[in-house]
Amino acid sequence: MNESGEVVDTQTEMKPEAPAEKPTEPVSGPRLVVRPRRGSETGTQREAVFDVKDLAVWYGDFRAVRDISLQIYRSQITALIGPSGCGKTTVLRCFNRMNELIPDARVEGAVLYHGVDLYGSAVDPVEVRRRIGMVFQKPNPFPKSIYENVAFGPRVAGRRGKLDDVVEESLRKAALWDEVNDKLEDSAMALSGGQQQRLCIARAIAVEPDVILMDEPCSSLDPIATLRIEELMQELASEYTIVIVTHNMQQAARVSDRTAFLTVDVRQDGQRTGTLVEYDDTEKIFTYPSDPRTEAYVTGRFG
Amino acid sequence: MSAQAISREHGLAAQLSGDPRRRRREALVRQAFLSAATVSLLISALIIFSLIGRTIGFLTQVDLSSLWSIGWFPRRGFFDIKTIVVGTFLVSAIALMVAAPIGLGAAIYLSEYASPRARRLLKPILETLAGIPSVVMGYFALNFISPEIVQRLSSRASLFNVACAGIGVGILVVPLVASVAEDAMHAVPGSIREAAYGLGAKKMTTSIRVVVPAAVSGIVAALILGISRAIGETMVVAIAAGATGGHLFTVDVFGPAQTMTGAMSSLATGSDQVRGATGAYPSLFFVGFLLFVMTFGLNVVSERFVRRVRKRY
Amino acid sequence: MSVTQLSTADVVRQALRGKRLDLRGTIFQLALLLTLIVSLGVLAALLVQVIGDGWVVFRDRGVDFLTSPLSASAKRAGIQQGLIGSVILMIFVILLAFPIGIGAAIYLEEYAKDNTMTRFMTANIRNLAGVPSIVYGLLGLAIFVLVLKPLTGGLSAFSGGLTLAVLVLPIVIITSMEAIRAVPQSIREAAYGVGATKWQVVRHHVLPYASSGILTGTVLSIARALGETAPLILVGAITGVFFQSSGNPIDRLQGPYTSLPTVVFSWTRLPAAEFRHLAAAAIMVLLVVILAINATAILLRNRYERKW
Repeated sequence: MNESGEVVDTQTEMKPEAPAEKPTEPVSGPRLVVRPRRGSETGTQREAVFDVKDLAVWYGDFRAVRDISLQIYRSQITALIGPSGCGKTTVLRCFNRMNELIPDARVEGAVLYHGVDLYGSAVDPVEVRRRIGMVFQKPNPFPKSIYENVAFGPRVAGRRGKLDDVVEESLRKAALWDEVNDKLEDSAMALSGGQQQRLCIARAIAVEPDVILMDEPCSSLDPIATLRIEELMQELASEYTIVIVTHNMQQAARVSDRTAFLTVDVRQDGQRTGTLVEYDDTEKIFTYPSDPRTEAYVTGRFG
Repeated sequence: MSAQAISREHGLAAQLSGDPRRRRREALVRQAFLSAATVSLLISALIIFSLIGRTIGFLTQVDLSSLWSIGWFPRRGFFDIKTIVVGTFLVSAIALMVAAPIGLGAAIYLSEYASPRARRLLKPILETLAGIPSVVMGYFALNFISPEIVQRLSSRASLFNVACAGIGVGILVVPLVASVAEDAMHAVPGSIREAAYGLGAKKMTTSIRVVVPAAVSGIVAALILGISRAIGETMVVAIAAGATGGHLFTVDVFGPAQTMTGAMSSLATGSDQVRGATGAYPSLFFVGFLLFVMTFGLNVVSERFVRRVRKRY
Repeated sequence: MSVTQLSTADVVRQALRGKRLDLRGTIFQLALLLTLIVSLGVLAALLVQVIGDGWVVFRDRGVDFLTSPLSASAKRAGIQQGLIGSVILMIFVILLAFPIGIGAAIYLEEYAKDNTMTRFMTANIRNLAGVPSIVYGLLGLAIFVLVLKPLTGGLSAFSGGLTLAVLVLPIVIITSMEAIRAVPQSIREAAYGVGATKWQVVRHHVLPYASSGILTGTVLSIARALGETAPLILVGAITGVFFQSSGNPIDRLQGPYTSLPTVVFSWTRLPAAEFRHLAAAAIMVLLVVILAINATAILLRNRYERKW
């Protein structure tokens, strides 16, 4: 019940390589289902898609996050978790330069994408976003037809002519094709919430990105729709690198390979800045977290 | 890093720098829109430039004592400012006496009393009023307001008089006052009204003693804008207030008088055209400059009041 | 001593009943309603006056009134030149004010950073919207008639058209800006998110979404421009009689012209009673056209408003 990667009961299993410097008891708390990862290599042996070094983000005079350093690895699902206000979304939006849409936003530090500085002067944010796609918290399909929604990305990237094949493939990958293939010309706004979000995923996939960023993609969906999207994420992870922000710990534990825990650091003057507390394999974060703050969060004592 | 990785990185960096043709196109588009926006700055500059230049020309070329004389007779060299300013003031004062109660009353009714259905029925009335061209109101002022109303009020009133022009201008200004005042009252949060009702206040009390004071900045702004619009109104005055050539200084609202805008239109349509006699033609710009300064000042002041409403809520 | 004791319930019941009829309040409400009734009354009186004075012209002359040029004789005068002039002026407004106005709005809402310069530009536009229309006539006179005489031909339709376009421009910009501002930010984010450039976002998403608002604003500004007289008088609109200069369109544009409201103005001023009837008839035509334009604006808004 373990090597092939099925349900592992955290309370009865003791991992052999428990860190020596910490008490070797798994943390007690709500039962968490942790899935061991695909393949045998641990996360850090893969290629790093993103290398973040000392990232800080300012909105005017307000420093939203600081001292963020981590790597995101290829074909994995990396989760950013933490209490509200800790800057998870801010960090996520740094990966595709979406923070630039906010006036007065400033990024310090480096975000390297396959070794290239994303914020370099020669880098075109448009190209960045064609490689690093995003799915938003509240589904935001365009007020156009389903077909047009998916076709928009490839069109602006320069593809001409009929895009039927791209549209179909993207909708299939997003597990939406069967439900909409007979009404592609209908308005996207007529779909249900879960369907709209899958449409947004199809839209993001259509430009053939390298990475898909997801900002709390299920937070406005019902549990069934949520589950479908989580399944979809697992399927997509083989082809895309996925970074997801979620406030749902269980979701992070279910879905992700590695997890980063951020928290809010309140200074004397009251400024609340987000910082990275711990970043490790998901299993470890949820069973043997190194930092007491992480432990407090994942066991539900706060947040 | 391996040589392979380095070259891959270079390839990526090149890709990430994007298509220079696309970047040029985006820059061109941005430039085009920016040019459109700067046209507005150009217009302001031209207005100020054309007014100031000729005003200075007028003031230097004309005998300054004529600016304080018996009346406004441009073609004879009398440019008494107080004649036209007082004339404007009289028309605007009457206009405000008409527009303020009607406009504010309509605003209070629409904001506090009217049901959504009533609003849908009544707002179009104000919108239609707003769409009436001023020449039409001028016609109405001369052919209806003057004989039916003003001349009934005062037997010695002439056909062309300040009062009917003032009333006509007032009617034109009503929609402006009503809409700005209504916006201000609408912006008062419902919680304030509920607090008043919760204390047992009736609707009239709430409206007069709670909502109106809360919206007072916006109401003042509405009235100031109304004055500004009234001052700038030309055709009603040109048609109904008489005084084609020139006029003596007067404060008689039941007789004809000259206003700033009326003086300008007279100069333009007078027998010796706009190119005409020396002094007469540049005085057009002089009056225009005065008018511009007055309305600009009033608009700026009313903006301050509107901003105070916005800041509050 | 026995006193009739009221129970607490009775006391409360009496207090809550209060006065059935709130006299002051009702009077107040009626007084307010009266203001709107007065407005309606004014409109009605206006229509009655105008139609009463003007219908005879249509009864006696019918369409001839629309097709006759200006004349010193009231029996022959018609509004043909006024109609043609107004149409030409509106074409100028549409060709000049709309693209420039919408373009400026796009720049200020989508491209410009939120700094002092942008705020100054926006404030400047709002001030321009409040400038009396006759001052635009002065601008037209000084610049279009005098300085640009070689191009415009001086006191000409060209100058008049440019003047009206400049007058209407701030309104077009303001209404377009409002329409663009109403586009939800989530749509822009979604479009940027798949790698669209700013112009692609504007062209494929912002403008289509804002199109109904922009269209309504522009159509209403035509209605406004149609009724303007004061600026045109300063820029050469003829208030007397004139003969349309013949020849190629350029000559005609550089020659004398008038507009429908200017014709109304000149006829209203004439003392003879026949001209009063003519003025009223012309007003009827003007009002019908303006009403039609306003109705079109509302229809367009309802039709295009967010079909999705």
